[in-house]
Amino acid sequence: MSDNRTEHVLNKKERFHLLPGLPLIARNEPMLWLTGGALVLSLALIVLLLSYIFYQGGTSFWPQPVEAYVVHDGSTIMGEQAREDTIEVDETYRSQLPEALRAGVTDGEEVERMLIRTANFDVTNTHFHWVDTTELVSVSVPPTATVIERLSWGRFIGTPISLQIQEEEPITDPTAIMEGVDEHLAGIHDVLERRIHLEKATLGEIRAHEESARLESVEVRLEHGEESQHYVEALAAYQVIKEHCVEESASVLAQIENLKKETAPYTLRMATASGQEADIPLEEIVRIYQPNALSFMDKLGLYGARWMEFLFDDPREANSEGGVWPAIIGTVMMTMIMTIFVVPFGVMASLYLSEYAKSGGLMSIIRIAINNLAGVPSIVFGVFGLGFFCTTIGGGLDNWLFPAEVSEGRPVLGKGTILWASATLALLTVPVVIVATEEALRAVPNSMREGSYGCGASKWQTIWRIVMPRALPGIMTGMILAMARGAGEVAPLMLVGAVKLAPELPIDMHGTFIHPERSFMHLGFHIYDLGLQSQNSEAAKPMVFTTTLLLISIVVSLNLIAIWMRKRLARRFVGGTF
Amino acid sequence: MITDSAVNRLAAIAAGEMCTPAVHEECHFDAPIVDIEKFNLYYGAKRALFDISMSIPKGQITALVGPSGCGKSTLLRSVNRLNDLIDIVRIEGGMKLNGENIYDPAVDVIELRKRMGMVFQKSNPFPMSIFENVVYPLRIVGIRDKTVLEETCERSLRGAALWDEVKDRLHENALGMSGGQQQRLCIARAIAADPEVLLMDEPCSALDPIATGKIEELMAELKGQYTILIVTHNMQQAARSSDYTAFMYLGQLIEYGPTATIFTNPQLQETQEYVTGRFG
Ligand SMILES: Nc1ncnc2c1ncn2[C@@H]1O[C@H](COP(=O)(O)OP(=O)(O)OP(=O)(O)O)[C@@H](O)[C@H]1O
Ligand SMILES: [Mg+2]
Repeated sequence: MSDNRTEHVLNKKERFHLLPGLPLIARNEPMLWLTGGALVLSLALIVLLLSYIFYQGGTSFWPQPVEAYVVHDGSTIMGEQAREDTIEVDETYRSQLPEALRAGVTDGEEVERMLIRTANFDVTNTHFHWVDTTELVSVSVPPTATVIERLSWGRFIGTPISLQIQEEEPITDPTAIMEGVDEHLAGIHDVLERRIHLEKATLGEIRAHEESARLESVEVRLEHGEESQHYVEALAAYQVIKEHCVEESASVLAQIENLKKETAPYTLRMATASGQEADIPLEEIVRIYQPNALSFMDKLGLYGARWMEFLFDDPREANSEGGVWPAIIGTVMMTMIMTIFVVPFGVMASLYLSEYAKSGGLMSIIRIAINNLAGVPSIVFGVFGLGFFCTTIGGGLDNWLFPAEVSEGRPVLGKGTILWASATLALLTVPVVIVATEEALRAVPNSMREGSYGCGASKWQTIWRIVMPRALPGIMTGMILAMARGAGEVAPLMLVGAVKLAPELPIDMHGTFIHPERSFMHLGFHIYDLGLQSQNSEAAKPMVFTTTLLLISIVVSLNLIAIWMRKRLARRFVGGTF
Repeated sequence: MITDSAVNRLAAIAAGEMCTPAVHEECHFDAPIVDIEKFNLYYGAKRALFDISMSIPKGQITALVGPSGCGKSTLLRSVNRLNDLIDIVRIEGGMKLNGENIYDPAVDVIELRKRMGMVFQKSNPFPMSIFENVVYPLRIVGIRDKTVLEETCERSLRGAALWDEVKDRLHENALGMSGGQQQRLCIARAIAADPEVLLMDEPCSALDPIATGKIEELMAELKGQYTILIVTHNMQQAARSSDYTAFMYLGQLIEYGPTATIFTNPQLQETQEYVTGRFG
């Protein structure tokens, strides 16, 4: 007896409808299109978002050509093209045009225009300039156009006129000017670096020393009263230290003055496209290049140098130039302190939940509560952190440990600090760790536990030697997920310690090396601040994209590390049987 | 008293009636190592063991047989109180190890388990090296002396007929071994701390005949030194390797006697039918 179906060869359409094993709903074409469409749409949106960020973030450091636009009234506008746009011609538009051009446009017509980054804010009071195609006469790419990235005032775009070195005769030959600048710039940067070190580190240390001596005397005053013998003594001791510090800082200041003299006599005279001249001291110049004359390799070098600056330098110009090094350090350190808080707590809590607690009604309520905790808006945690960690705990610790600072209205721990920010985020991410750990613990087969108990092991020995190693990959995953979540969180940080510009890093070579009481910069907050709080958001745009790219890269790498580590540990501890 | 037909009697048990077990004359021991007295066990409301009374002789191999779900594993796990780990378990009656009550509230369960070794139906080596697996029972009592650990490891692995196969890779992960090797590793681990009683729950169910043969040989060697209580579904194995056999059905002990008698001339017809494979 043969089966009918084997004799009849199915055609394509029939096969589609008779796919064996597929549930009816899956063969239903409308549902297929609907569900597949939803998937494709969400994937497409994610890909779009990522590729936009990658494109914008990846290209914004690539040196762009500087073009000179001659417009109708004869003036020249020189700069990098920032973006293009179209505008519809209407009455107002027409009324702003010079008489001669009005006839050339009709209402409703779309006119192209370009936003030109002209820089030279110190001379022109603007960073950008719109150029409409209607008023454009000619475009050229002048080979001597020079871009200068400066320590203050942003960029300068123009052509070099002369280079003044000390009292010598000014150099006026264009090539000789550029060569001269190149020759002296490195030396000047060295001197500048020495000067900044003296200003920041050396002077800072002297001041901190004096300040701590002063605070000691204040503490004595608070404890024994203004009239007491103790205070008189302490004040005398402070005076000695103060005098010493004044002397020392005077000598440092003298050194700084000398260094300033060394760099001062180098000046570059530049002319803008409209012919205005400006003197730029060489010590102000971060980088100088002629973009239209650069070879591909030169551009590549410049691109790399800008990335290095971005990653490892301090920000300048209200964060819209320079680097994000303090924000990277702040983000990484905050995430690390958070991890130190959250992992032990989360793991202990889930050990109790899954190994010790008897299953019952109360436990399921607690589990539900923990799962819901993960859904609480993060700003709520921020408010809680501000009220509980900063004000209550920090304020309490301050009253106890730092009475002198408090008496002067300068709380040490009773304000937003990297410590309380980490604690707040630890609270925010503890459900992630608990849920992941519990899952990992549940995945450890009971036969392992029974084997261990059968050997006479105690509960803790079983947990520590058998269960934990086996659950480690899952615990790691939870940890990294928490880190990724924490590193990307912004809202609560604004309340508990992230700042726009932190004067000092939370980690340095002074005193205790790690300074949990300092406020800090954070990449996520940096993005928010640059993109939405900046006065000159158009100029900050490239930084927004690169910073976003950086933050995404950090979070993605954390996730990749998690996956890799999980695989590695799983191979070691779970393995295949039979 | 055994005049009814077997079917009726089994049907009566299935209907919830209690029956008196047939315990042979030879199975009343003077100084049994484990003495089970009227032992009952409940999983929540479900009763899994009914008034089990039997004594296990020292230095002999005792086999527990019976159809699936009759409570063999439950009884075995009651001896080292592994059932304590299950929240819903409740017991009645008692059990003695060398005359001491195992279920006395004053008994330290962890100390008690250290005196027994257990081998499970599914091998469960720990995710660590072969060496660390074998010496685990020593590690948990805090033994650090390297020579002691190494000596114990070699002795136990030799005891479990595994030494020659693994002596060159003691520090490799145990999860890289074959299934049979893993089961013998678990036996080595169970005998590492010189237990008084070795509890084996279907140790050969996942093994091929050769590995099974090795384990049977092993049991024969270990006999005398250790008391072995083994659960098995393999009648030949029970017949070949055990000294005494207990037949259980639906949580009740039906017949308990010397293996030779149980397999050739049992007192009850049900036992006869079960061991010859006519039901179960
Ligand atoms: N953890 C548990 N919770 C509830 N009931 C259980 C539990 N473990 C076993 N039981 C029940 O107790 C009875 C005896 O189970 P047990 O595992 O002792 O049988 P067994 O004789 O070992 O069977 P097998 O030969 O299949 O291993 C079965 O009816 C089983 O359903
Ligand atoms: Mg069983």
